[in-house]
Amino acid sequence: MDGFAKSIGGGGPNVPAGSHPAGGSQAAAGGGATQRTQYPYVTGTSVIALKYKDGVIMACDTGASYGSTLRYKSVERIKAVGKHSIIGASGEYSDFQEILRYLDELTLSDHMWDDGNSLGPKEIHNYLTRVMYNRRNKFDPLWNSLVIGGVKKGPKGDEKYLGMVNMIGTHFEENHVATGFGNHLAIPILRAEWHEDMTFEEAVKLVEKCLLVLLYRDRSSINKFQIAKITTEGSTIYPPYSLKTYWGFTHFENPAQGAVGSW
Amino acid sequence: MTGSMDLPAKGGFDFDLCRRNNMLEKNGLKLPGFLKTGTTIVGLVFQDGVVLGADTRATEGPIVADKNCEKIHFMAPNIYCCGAGTAADTEAVTDMVSSQLQLHRYATGRESRVITALTLLKSHLFRYQGHVSAALVLGGVDCTGPHLHTVYPHGSTDTLPFATMGSGSLAAMSVFESRFKEGLTREEGIELVSDAIRAGIFNDLGSGSNVDVCVITKGKTEYLRNHQLPNPRTYASSKGFSFTKGQTEVLSTKIIPLKQKVEVAEGGDAMEE
Repeated sequence: MDGFAKSIGGGGPNVPAGSHPAGGSQAAAGGGATQRTQYPYVTGTSVIALKYKDGVIMACDTGASYGSTLRYKSVERIKAVGKHSIIGASGEYSDFQEILRYLDELTLSDHMWDDGNSLGPKEIHNYLTRVMYNRRNKFDPLWNSLVIGGVKKGPKGDEKYLGMVNMIGTHFEENHVATGFGNHLAIPILRAEWHEDMTFEEAVKLVEKCLLVLLYRDRSSINKFQIAKITTEGSTIYPPYSLKTYWGFTHFENPAQGAVGSW
Repeated sequence: MTGSMDLPAKGGFDFDLCRRNNMLEKNGLKLPGFLKTGTTIVGLVFQDGVVLGADTRATEGPIVADKNCEKIHFMAPNIYCCGAGTAADTEAVTDMVSSQLQLHRYATGRESRVITALTLLKSHLFRYQGHVSAALVLGGVDCTGPHLHTVYPHGSTDTLPFATMGSGSLAAMSVFESRFKEGLTREEGIELVSDAIRAGIFNDLGSGSNVDVCVITKGKTEYLRNHQLPNPRTYASSKGFSFTKGQTEVLSTKIIPLKQKVEVAEGGDAMEE
């Protein structure tokens, strides 16, 4: 659903005839049914994340598409939240910015309590689940799939947490998650090759493996990625970099070699 | 019948039976649902030839209709074809092209070439404009070397070093994209194909059961049916089932001797021929 923005020749997203301008309609007078549907306009593609020895690692590309046009190429889709978590989003970028505003308000009022406790990833995940589900029930969803990861000291020591919530409010916690196309292309690799207590280097290698497959096979991904990690020391969002692709297969050079003139 | 029993179609589209089907449907006939294979099929080129792989689940909507069907079809002794999409379509189209290839072998006296099969398939599928829902991975080794192609239901083809089709194609493609390299050995090729099919089996609901593999090299083809069985029955009695006499309670018995109902005519006339 996310990143599958409709498009027409000419690049912009396809807004069906008779629809309301961006946002939603007002309630009809006299108790008529309110319909506030939305269409995603500027969308980000997959986010992948996994737990490793010291915490959680999350990665995504830095592109945002406007329908079938690659409109923005330096978008940060992973942000730190409070001291203990990072959040990554795919789907409508403006809704992600709105969610970040909600989280700012949340972390600010939590800080003002000044009680020595701060919100951990589990609490942030739960808060976002409520927000997403309630918006969905009002037919006005925030068109995102969110990945929340973090580490916080708990009764059993440092507890790593990784969870996902999507635009209809489906939420779960797992050792490795992916959104959008990552569900089809990255999850099979993660299920086969993830194991407990990977080192940071191993985790980055596994994540890069998945990002490369997504680069080859997802049309809305670009070759500019950001990796972020969160450990007990805090969050780090690394500067963007690109991966090396390989196109040198002999079969790519001359596909019609076996039959000159075939199509 | 109108007088339209004219010359047989020389090409172009032949949709006569669609009119008949529409008429029957309008008169209340409920058409049977079609069996889709909901599949993972893959192929790759290794140093000595090609390896094809497929899962073995055939689905009819949400139900598994056949737990162990064969999706790798014979085209020629040196050419095999995996099929995804509607099971009847893949069976029929591969059978048809296989027969055409055999006739061609008799006419030319030579081993069939993979591009011959490819051209026959794509021409047929294009004629039917995508209504023949067959997505195929065609592979083989002929005098010009190893070849691997994919054929789409509308008739377009690709020539690739590694290919996946079906509902599980993304899961299998993620395995290929991360681990394929040129010049694999036979064992590496079979292992990579099996891993790709297993990724489809375990991550895609439309694929399941077992892994079939087919290795084609110059002069030799090995069809490894059920090469891997990663989904065994969890609880199965090792002794099997025994049905001893007296185990099932007999409630009532009724014997009707049929001899009395059959009339045997003595010395009658010989049968009409």
